[in-house]
Amino acid sequence: MSAQPADVASPPRPRVSWHTGTVVETRRETPSAVRITLDVPTWPESPAGAHLDVRLTAPDGYQASRSYSVASAAPGGQVVLAVDEIPDGEVSPFLVHDLRPGDQVELHGPLGAFFVWRPGRTTRPVQLVAGGSGVVPLYAMAAAHGAAADTVPFRLLYSARTPADVFFADELATLAGPTLGLDLVYTRAAPDGWPDPVGRLTRESLAARTVPAEQHPHVYVCGSTGFVETVARWLQDLGHAAADIHTERFGGL
Amino acid sequence: MSFVTRGFSGRRREADPRLPPGQTLVQDWPVLSAGPTPRVDTADWEFTIRDETGADHRWSWDELLALGVEDVTVDIHCVTHWSKLDMAWRGVSLDKVFENVESEHEYVMAHSYGGYTTNVPLEDLLDGKAWIATEAEGEPLDPEHGGPARLLVPHLYFWKSAKWLRGLTMMPDNDPGFWEQYGYHLYGDPWKEERYW
Repeated sequence: MSAQPADVASPPRPRVSWHTGTVVETRRETPSAVRITLDVPTWPESPAGAHLDVRLTAPDGYQASRSYSVASAAPGGQVVLAVDEIPDGEVSPFLVHDLRPGDQVELHGPLGAFFVWRPGRTTRPVQLVAGGSGVVPLYAMAAAHGAAADTVPFRLLYSARTPADVFFADELATLAGPTLGLDLVYTRAAPDGWPDPVGRLTRESLAARTVPAEQHPHVYVCGSTGFVETVARWLQDLGHAAADIHTERFGGL
Repeated sequence: MSFVTRGFSGRRREADPRLPPGQTLVQDWPVLSAGPTPRVDTADWEFTIRDETGADHRWSWDELLALGVEDVTVDIHCVTHWSKLDMAWRGVSLDKVFENVESEHEYVMAHSYGGYTTNVPLEDLLDGKAWIATEAEGEPLDPEHGGPARLLVPHLYFWKSAKWLRGLTMMPDNDPGFWEQYGYHLYGDPWKEERYW
């Protein structure tokens, strides 16, 4: 009755289970976000773009769970998250301000087998479009692409408020090169001498900084609901097929 | 295997017994979807039930509404851990839609404009448990939230309440839909935390 993407028939799924994560390191990622490195001995292979649930339990048994994208993960090794603080949130302020090395959290995952990228599966180029902390799963894909020495052309368009708000700035600068095009758009303030105007992404700017629809890229868009809605609509205006546009949104919790 | 995470006390204490385990109350209404939002005009909208003989039972927008709309207040629970309580919805009961559909099949695949699918047992759609919703909180459903019409099956996790509903296909077996193929639970009872499998 309605068309399904061709790759839906037998999607590979990672094994979902509970894990104990021990904090190895926390460090400032941006003025509002922290990078958390966890030791997770039971973590399985997980595709780039996957997420997990963090569950926290208080002494009185009260529990709170939230989903976070995985920035990087090694089976049986370390899982890296980058958590942006939601000022009136319940879990993210704790993770950003209070979490210390040695602390333990419950993790459930890996989750999400749809908004993922695996090397070697397709020869079509990949366009990533990130808004703010929505870059985390897209950074994971770019890093996996680099680590696999995959030659499929990748391009990341990343909208950030200011240079200080760029997640994984050093890693992205290192990854950028012949097989990863990196385009930054600053909405509030740009580095000195930045050639482009500061301001919100426009359809024209998007068109100029993304793989054209004629090249049939797989497109992954992640950011706030407003960002994703707007970008996905513009991408369709620019000729990208709806089935080629994968979206993931954050916000709400 | 739960254990206490040092220093965590939690800021909110929803003692509300209507909140299933692992859920947090929200006041806003988060949006989650796998791709771009389809935009379907009610003039072009059509709803179809396909039974096991291959016969299609069709309703236009006006024909659907003519079956009779009702107001319901229900709680909704998203697999991503948020819940909204006492949401006001308006829609057409699936009991009315199924009144003249004969089928021996016990399962239903819901299809959306845009290609999304989700599987639901037929009995979970009948006896006042499910609707084709056209309004929420007194407003026509936004496209972002599944407008013009979405399935509303509030006793299951909300991914079962397919957005941009265009039809139901009767099935002999409980075949997995879109998110179910990607690891979401085949049934999705929030009170049993049937999130993933």
